[in-house]
Amino acid sequence: MAGLVVLLLALLLTGGAYSLFSPGATAGQADTSAEDVTKGRELFLVGCAFCHGRNGEGVLTVEGTQYGPALSDVGGASVDFQVGTGRMPLAQPGQQAERKPPVYTDEEVRQLAAYVDTLGAGPAVPDESAYTLPSDFTDEERESAITRGGQIFLTNCTACHNFDGAGGAMPRGGYAPTLRGVEPKYIYEALLTGPQQMPTFSDGNLTPDEKRDVIAYLEDTGAKPAYSGFGLGNLGPVSEGLFAWIVGIGLLVGFAIWIAAHTTRSSRQKPGGSSNLPVNLSDGEPGSPKGGNA
Amino acid sequence: MSIDTSKVADSNATSAAKASKPSKAGAVATWADDRLGLAGAMKKNLRKVFPDHWSFMLGEIALWSFVVVLLTGVFLTFWYVPSMGEVEYQGSYDPLRGVHMSEAYASTLHLSFDVRGGLLLRQMHHWAAMIFIASMMIHLLRVWFTGAFRKPRELNWVIGCLLLFLGTLEGFTGYSLPDDLLSGTGIRAADGFLKATPVVGSYMSFFLFGGEFPGESIIPRLYTIHVLLIPGLLVALVAAHMLLLVYHKHTQWPGPGRTNDNVVGYPMLPVYAAKAGGFFFIVFGVVAIMGATMTINGVWKFGPYDPTKVTAGSQPDWYMGWPDGLLRVIPGWESVIGGYTISWNVMIPILITPPALLVLLIMLPFIDQWITKDKRDHHLLQRPRDAPTRTAIMVALMTFYGLAWAAGGNDIIAIKLHLSINQITYFMRGALFIGPVIAFIITRRWCISLQRHDREKLLHGYETGVIMRSPDGGYSERHLPISESEAYRLTARDREKVFTADGRIDENGVAAPGGRLDGVRAKLSTLMYADNIQKPTRAELEEAHHHAEHEKALTAALTGHAADGHQFDGKRPVDDEALRGD
Amino acid sequence: MTDLEKHGDDQHGDDHGTPDDAQGRLPAMTGGYLPVEEPIANPGLPEHTWRPTDVDEGAAKRAERQVSLMFLLSGVCTVLFVVAYFTLDIGDNWTTFGGLGASTLFLGLTLGGALLLIGVGIIQWARKLMADHEIVEMRHPARSSDEDRETTAAVLQTGLEESGLGKHSMIRRTLLLSTGLLAAPAVILLRDLGPSPASVANAEEGTGLKHTFWGTGDRIRVVRDVVGTPIRPADLQIGDLVNGVPDGLLELEGIELQVAKAKAAVIMVKMEPREITPGPGREDWSVDGVICYSKICSHVGCPISLYERTTHHVLCPCHQSTFDLADSAKVVFGPAGRPLPQLHLGVDDEGYLVAEGDFTEPVGPSFWDREK
Repeated sequence: MAGLVVLLLALLLTGGAYSLFSPGATAGQADTSAEDVTKGRELFLVGCAFCHGRNGEGVLTVEGTQYGPALSDVGGASVDFQVGTGRMPLAQPGQQAERKPPVYTDEEVRQLAAYVDTLGAGPAVPDESAYTLPSDFTDEERESAITRGGQIFLTNCTACHNFDGAGGAMPRGGYAPTLRGVEPKYIYEALLTGPQQMPTFSDGNLTPDEKRDVIAYLEDTGAKPAYSGFGLGNLGPVSEGLFAWIVGIGLLVGFAIWIAAHTTRSSRQKPGGSSNLPVNLSDGEPGSPKGGNA
Repeated sequence: MSIDTSKVADSNATSAAKASKPSKAGAVATWADDRLGLAGAMKKNLRKVFPDHWSFMLGEIALWSFVVVLLTGVFLTFWYVPSMGEVEYQGSYDPLRGVHMSEAYASTLHLSFDVRGGLLLRQMHHWAAMIFIASMMIHLLRVWFTGAFRKPRELNWVIGCLLLFLGTLEGFTGYSLPDDLLSGTGIRAADGFLKATPVVGSYMSFFLFGGEFPGESIIPRLYTIHVLLIPGLLVALVAAHMLLLVYHKHTQWPGPGRTNDNVVGYPMLPVYAAKAGGFFFIVFGVVAIMGATMTINGVWKFGPYDPTKVTAGSQPDWYMGWPDGLLRVIPGWESVIGGYTISWNVMIPILITPPALLVLLIMLPFIDQWITKDKRDHHLLQRPRDAPTRTAIMVALMTFYGLAWAAGGNDIIAIKLHLSINQITYFMRGALFIGPVIAFIITRRWCISLQRHDREKLLHGYETGVIMRSPDGGYSERHLPISESEAYRLTARDREKVFTADGRIDENGVAAPGGRLDGVRAKLSTLMYADNIQKPTRAELEEAHHHAEHEKALTAALTGHAADGHQFDGKRPVDDEALRGD
Repeated sequence: MTDLEKHGDDQHGDDHGTPDDAQGRLPAMTGGYLPVEEPIANPGLPEHTWRPTDVDEGAAKRAERQVSLMFLLSGVCTVLFVVAYFTLDIGDNWTTFGGLGASTLFLGLTLGGALLLIGVGIIQWARKLMADHEIVEMRHPARSSDEDRETTAAVLQTGLEESGLGKHSMIRRTLLLSTGLLAAPAVILLRDLGPSPASVANAEEGTGLKHTFWGTGDRIRVVRDVVGTPIRPADLQIGDLVNGVPDGLLELEGIELQVAKAKAAVIMVKMEPREITPGPGREDWSVDGVICYSKICSHVGCPISLYERTTHHVLCPCHQSTFDLADSAKVVFGPAGRPLPQLHLGVDDEGYLVAEGDFTEPVGPSFWDREK
């Protein structure tokens, strides 16, 4: 579990390093050139067009249901989230897209996003300042932003993602994924674009500052020590009950078995000792040590 | 004599000091007895005998974890404020600083973050409570499976069931006290349960909450119930449970020298006192280590209760999980009759099934006794296999409980095993009915097979694994008789007879009162006993041994050779045997 | 009850060993058990065997040292507990150890260690060094002897007679009546635990089971929960989910706020207007595809907002009732029996979303006279 915490910290650190060094993140939208768009279109035709159409217009199945949705208005943020977290390209259609190691490099993701941005009016990849608290915040401002973020998180997010962001179940085999170990940028993009079944929290719904505060709350609580010991998955009473039975009852029954177990015996007789049973005669009744008619 | 040694003890250091101890204890005892007169009662009980078996200590886990709960609970009350008054949090957990919350929640945060050891004791309290209820349950299972509930211990079974019920209620009230989001959601569901009660539901809700949900009375009221009313009842019932245990003396497993009329084991003083006292420290220690390392109910992450908020994985503590599971799998049945709403979807899983099962649980010994017509005192335990139907009944109940319990965690199961909540729910709707039936049949047949195995062992001995070839080429496995004490152990049980209804007709040919019920009883008795394998009679045993002698004669050539090594299997005395080559 | 008499009279040393004995102790009344000879006679308790610590002075010494060592280590743990208590910080700045709160961890581990070592030490002492002769104690039937029973019955009878309870039937009956009546104060005293549902019902104030805060004013705006800002339909995109409350509710405090919130909370989603199948008479209840329902589950009242953007289903995290928000929040799965109540949306002069009135049915879990 400590390993998990270390992993978490490592992920957060890499997230920070990523946002420092990744050209896509720092450069923002301004730097996307025509060349990027061209390269992005080439990548799109090879890797995405089969499901999303040659111009991102979407593909319908024979029955008229959506095979791959249209990408006309999803924006670069959606591409960055879906491809950057490895959800796209899908392993197989029909499933909820799972987080997996990304197929494209950061550079390629940037180019893809640049191309999809040209298709319509979706949100672009956010700038780092959108999802980090300003560095000139006083401690007090910081704290109140985190507190507010926590309240917004508990109102809008915990219903699906659980109180600790550990994730939860949705209808028909769907699930809300864990938010722990997810880079702030991707959380911001997910809020903006509503991947898969997730409702969107567009800027008209939750303001950019509110989204930023939610992310700050997650970052802050994620970096706090586990005051109370290992988290048992932070899933609430179900895992607690399981541990009470397995660890608590398991250990105590183990001790009970030891307490009542027979101790090792010696083949030797105690010198001068009698092996006759002492009989409790406190009742004043005659009792036979052999307990019967043997 | 004692005066002499104590004088010596005063002046000497080591050897005589030992002798002085009993006399000092004696002086204290004399002082106490002059005033309390306890010697008469204690002379019998201090050396009271308790038989030793690990399964006899399960109830002790419950007792000691209850003591831990009481001790840690007292600590918690020093800081906890049972009030729903609104305050603005200004403690040291900064993500909640400035948030408005109830005093109950704020004091829980204070206890967790600003009182040294507060978080540890809060977690120990919660873990011990979970272990308390879990150990009561496995203790109950042990008592049922071994038949320890039979006369004269039926009343103790009833007390035990009440303890389990009250413990659960105590757990639920305690779970609600921190007034966090998760427990508040639980109280909100409880409000829904109350409202679903026909006719008086909304009144019950308004009375409990002191008005509309959530009101400002529920926390202080639950607090009084949690720290005064139920603990008082629990302590009284635990005392009664223990007194009856001492009065009846503990049951024991049958064995050589262990009969229905005696109890063989270690005396209370010193061995059992030491073992029980030691076990208390062990339970306390295990709970402390669990509290140290494993998070339970991290309320600061849930935030204060707010009726508009909710979290995924909203579950009650494990012991309330099974009604919650029933509540999840029930279809949305609700009917309006004559303009009045009847919520079957709440009443069946919460208001009808759990109370009905509790009553059934309490009644089980009496039902068992009614079917078997067994009115004798029983102090010898039965192995679960020796009461196949009884064992199967409890396994069926356990299966129902387990499935309902799993249904209560269907969302967690869905994400951990990548299943669909909907599919799990549909599966459970069927499994809750079919599962117990399958479990009943399998358990019963399994027990009967084990009985058959025991009978085989008695008649033909145990399988040695030695394969022999006869002169005419046939192969057979050699069996050796089991030891006498083992054989006695296997036969130290009752011979059962199926109850028949025809014995109750008087000389005029009129069936005795209750004659119709006798038919039912006969059927149940058939189910209970007819398929059981009875132990062999002495004649059968002699016959089998005679046969074995004959077989042995056939293989006489082999018996001279102490070469097969199988005689060192620990089942027979081997004093005169020597290994090959010796 | 002959078995019990027999039981009491029997020599306590015997058991159901011999055929005669078995027959003697199994009277006809004990139903389904046949008195049959026992196949194997009771061989009696096996001989006591000694432990290494009984016969080997060295082993005993070793065991003694083991036990003492455990007690000493327990003392060390207790000292460490005290050290941990005074050195490890909590509050604003927790001392951490491997990412864990050091105070909880070390206080618990040292306390647990101290207790466990005492426990294990005592058990080891009992197992290795205390006398382990098994003792035989005879049982007695739980019942009293017949003599005692008769005496007690006689005493009870005497008491009854001397009191004249049987003779003075009027006293008996009036006493029963008066004590029985005492149940009434015990129940009635609980009456003021809370008001009756009817007495608090007030549509103007939004109180009672059938009214909410939405009915306390004219065209109350829907605002975002927590932040309290009003919403224009155009602010929202397709797929947006808003957790809303009525304007003005957040200015309430304490219990009033909680009670009002518990009924007035709503979820508002925006979908393609063509995807909405309006309920009869509810054709104009949504605005530009923005549609609003009570957030309180109609099953047992959990807040419900696990919304799926493309299916328009919303799931309750407590018991998995699933509602289709595009189709009047009909129940598509789970234990809920009714759809979520819908809020009639409109737009005010400034273009903000408002409620055109209170919910038309009680929100939350069902109750007996809900339909009345």
